[in-house]
Amino acid sequence: MDMHQPGAGAVTRGRILIEDVVKTYDTEGAAVMAVDHCSLEIEAGEICMIVGPSGCGKTTLLNAIAGFHAITSGRIVMDGETLCSTEKPKAEPGPDRIVVFQNGALFPWKNNLENVIFGPVMQGKLARKEAIDKGRAMMADAGLAGVEHNYPGEVSSGMRRRVEIVRALMNDPKALLLDEPYRALDSLTKSVMHEALLEIYYKNKVTIFFITHDLEEAIFLGHKVAIMTTRPCRPKKVLTVDIAHPRDYSVLTTKRFRELIEETNEAVHEEALKAFQAGEKEG
Amino acid sequence: MREPLRRLVSSPVFWRGVVSIVAFVILWELGARSRQWMALEMFAPLRELLGALGLKKDYLPWVGAVPAPLAVLKAWIAVLGQGGYWQSWYMSLFRVMSGFIAAMLIGIPFGLLLAVSRTAQGIGFPVFEVLRPIPPLAWVPASIIFWPTQELAISFVTFLGAFYTIVINVLGGARSIDVHYFQAAQSMGSSQWDIFRRVILPGTLPSIVVGSAVGMGITWEVVVAAEMISGGGSQQAGAGGGLGFFIWSSYVGGSYEQIVVGMISIGIAGFASSELLRWLGRYVTPWLRVR
Repeated sequence: MDMHQPGAGAVTRGRILIEDVVKTYDTEGAAVMAVDHCSLEIEAGEICMIVGPSGCGKTTLLNAIAGFHAITSGRIVMDGETLCSTEKPKAEPGPDRIVVFQNGALFPWKNNLENVIFGPVMQGKLARKEAIDKGRAMMADAGLAGVEHNYPGEVSSGMRRRVEIVRALMNDPKALLLDEPYRALDSLTKSVMHEALLEIYYKNKVTIFFITHDLEEAIFLGHKVAIMTTRPCRPKKVLTVDIAHPRDYSVLTTKRFRELIEETNEAVHEEALKAFQAGEKEG
Repeated sequence: MREPLRRLVSSPVFWRGVVSIVAFVILWELGARSRQWMALEMFAPLRELLGALGLKKDYLPWVGAVPAPLAVLKAWIAVLGQGGYWQSWYMSLFRVMSGFIAAMLIGIPFGLLLAVSRTAQGIGFPVFEVLRPIPPLAWVPASIIFWPTQELAISFVTFLGAFYTIVINVLGGARSIDVHYFQAAQSMGSSQWDIFRRVILPGTLPSIVVGSAVGMGITWEVVVAAEMISGGGSQQAGAGGGLGFFIWSSYVGGSYEQIVVGMISIGIAGFASSELLRWLGRYVTPWLRVR
């Protein structure tokens, strides 16, 4: 059995069920629907890629799981525990679901190591000294040895992202929620970051909910790719990527990878076009 | 110690500064001497024109009336040995520091309170916004009536000068902290107090530094004017009225060189205190030193 496939024994936590979630915003009296009866199953330890055009409502979904924003109706369940529902619309943010933000949210006033140990120290899970030892070890593991005492502003943006992922993992989360973390990176750095992320993932199996608008990125990284409709957001097509993990960049040139891109490209393009036209109308 | 000195001497920025100051002093010296040049016959038509404008005929009024740098230097050396001059420094510095420190001690917590509490903002901000446009100097008479001593009155006006700037900067700084920092801190199990201490406080620090530097500049403007208006704030005013009163009494006493001595002294004092604050600011926000 391939231990890198999700649900294959190693990972038993971090199963997320999104059931019939609706989110409407009330802007100037007119209700705008951001998420429309969205249902999605994310297996424990799975990398689930959410693909959709900018502004389609993907981030709204992520904010609902993280507990930053309320939903209008529906239910989100993690490992049998209801995070939020129609009755209790806003989930409680917690260290079991850590978000890595699009523009990064490392505290600029703390050095990288202090950022990394923030969670366990805050939660009182580790004494400062233990946290520092663990933080150093995890940073070294992620190729970040030597920048512990630099401020985030002193290292490259690719490194910052890695520090932020290590900071998230230090909380021992059930799920990582990544909101287009590599959007601002150039494509060369991006490809390095993809492999780095997979490497970190193979060492620390967690569920990954990854938002992107880059189809290649989605298929390269994901066990599952959910292509979303543009506003309101709902899965249009859910694809299981049948390329075995561990993967590296040679996957990009395989026939299967190209086939999967072809299979999904049209759906993505359709939605992008819709989003573009909708944008034009609004403007 | 030698290395920084070498770098300073080889830096074009340093030499530009030196050239700028030297050029300024030379122009000033020339301007001050224009009084004699204007007496030359060849400038007769110009002198007639000045006379027609109701000005004295023998010099250009805007520069010629100012004492020359050499004369000022002489006057300066003369007052260096006098206790009254140093007493003026001490008085002004004391008033600036007491007002400024009070403004920090009250302004920073007040600004933070307005930033974190809607209730506090609802109650505090309207009054603050109505009082803020009143120039500190407009407070001088009321302040003299209100406070038991003139000393307190001047310090209070100085305090006002820095207070509003510090509060506005702290409030603005705290409000502009990226919401993602709060969300990240919250996810990682921070309590409200942790978020205040570990996100809001350091996140506002750069704005506190900026507000303080601007506020410090205003306190010097205010203290000098307040000293002039209030007559120096002490009985033996000539000896201990602060640099503002030093200028004023020099003017009344007709010692024009001393006026300029007082002005330059204030310039130096203001520059030194700003420099001190900038240094402290860099020290407390080391992460901004990078890049």
